[in-house]
Amino acid sequence: MSDLALEDAQSRRTSRGRIRAFDAAVLTLLMLALWQAIGSWTKGVAVSPPLQTLLYLFDLLRTSMFWDHAAATLAAFLLAFALSALIGLALGLIFGVQRFTGEVAEPILAGFYTIPKVTLYPVVLLLFGLGMSAKVAFGVMHGLVPMTLFTLGAVRSLPPVLIRTARVLRLSPGRTMLWVLVPACLPDIVNGLRISFSLSLLGVLIGEMFSSQRGLGFLLVSGMAQHNVPLSTAVVTVIVVVSIAANSLMLRLRGRTAHRSN
Amino acid sequence: MTRRRAALLVRVAVLAGLVAALEICCRTGIIDPLTIIPPSDMVASMIDHVGSGELNESIVNTFSTIVLAFVLAILCGTLAGALVHRSSRLRDVVDPLLASYYSVPTFIFYPLLVALLGLGKAPLVVLGVLSAAPAVMISTLSGLDGVSPVLLKLARVHRLSPARTLWWIVLPAALPRLFSGFKLALSYALIGVIAGEFILSGTGLGYAISFAYQSFDNRAMYGLMLFVLLVAVIANGILYVWEGRLARRRSTG
Repeated sequence: MSDLALEDAQSRRTSRGRIRAFDAAVLTLLMLALWQAIGSWTKGVAVSPPLQTLLYLFDLLRTSMFWDHAAATLAAFLLAFALSALIGLALGLIFGVQRFTGEVAEPILAGFYTIPKVTLYPVVLLLFGLGMSAKVAFGVMHGLVPMTLFTLGAVRSLPPVLIRTARVLRLSPGRTMLWVLVPACLPDIVNGLRISFSLSLLGVLIGEMFSSQRGLGFLLVSGMAQHNVPLSTAVVTVIVVVSIAANSLMLRLRGRTAHRSN
Repeated sequence: MTRRRAALLVRVAVLAGLVAALEICCRTGIIDPLTIIPPSDMVASMIDHVGSGELNESIVNTFSTIVLAFVLAILCGTLAGALVHRSSRLRDVVDPLLASYYSVPTFIFYPLLVALLGLGKAPLVVLGVLSAAPAVMISTLSGLDGVSPVLLKLARVHRLSPARTLWWIVLPAALPRLFSGFKLALSYALIGVIAGEFILSGTGLGYAISFAYQSFDNRAMYGLMLFVLLVAVIANGILYVWEGRLARRRSTG
């Protein structure tokens, strides 16, 4: 009887999974159809249709020009992301443990998160000059705050017994962070990394779009300026695919860390 | 309460200290005045430029675009959220999309939108809606998820019509979460529109800032920047206080 019920539940689950896969496929097709429709409706002056974009992309991926730009973006982005992640983690842990400092800092950070930082980009350019460092700084401006806020929130909602235990064991502040706080907050830290990843990428790309001679953001804007529609569509496609892939990877990672800590 | 007030005081003191330090650094030449002008000059320039009326058109343009994008985002987001909430099959498809939506830098679509819709208000509104509506949709879904089944049973016991159930039961119960979506939507619409104007546009405050930067008019640039940031902080602040009041009213009864 219970075997039967179990089997029934299992078959229901697989059929639900099958429906879900079917729906996802339908959705993907719908989106491609929409893309195709916009492409043919505008006769390719704004967006090139999926197949044409894909073919163009294959050619583009074989040019060294594309990889030069991609490498410029990647270098700036990796540096910005690493700086945001490390500084944000450290600040979040400090603000989380020292409650009063955290209470003072949190609204300032949250306020900074909601303002249009793009207006500050000229200041960044004036301070850092045109080039890689301005892009990196702008990426950090976007990525640092979410990392800090996520870590801070995680530390603040930890059961106090963990910190007290660390104190009883006389762990140094560094060891407390490394052995107690970071493992306990891991799911939220991974979530912060995920948000920080996409925002520092956004910062770097906006920097490249506004004034730069290199990078994917520049390539996108120049493709538009030269009426090279397949180029700008292809660059957008690359960025969308890469960011969705990275995001799904980190969502999965977070799921795994959350399971472990439970 | 006293602790909160103390934190507020320290916060104000820290910010005031930072502004004062910037003023001193600029006045004494530690920071090159060609790079950053003293904060007092920024305020003076803001009053000059905004008060002179030369920017009225840009201001009206920018804020009407933001308001339009914000309202459309709330309408589309709430409707889409309510629709998806009704069907669990649709929900299964949409949830993963929403989870990765904000990982894509929406802003990169802006050049395509300009090519599609021409340079003007339309691509800015669409960009604003694209960046704000999913946040409203996410918060609508979580708000509707959070309506306790007991309340819905209560509505059925009282034989409320669907419209009344929505107005008297569902909306008040979901409001706090809806509201946090609206708050996000405002700042996303604001960021999207101003960023669009800044990168590629012929009108608006974002354009005015980028124009001042490109013509080396630092005084005007800092004045406008201060104005935009002040408006953004005030608008977000109003929603923040309002949200706090809603939450408090809810917790007291």
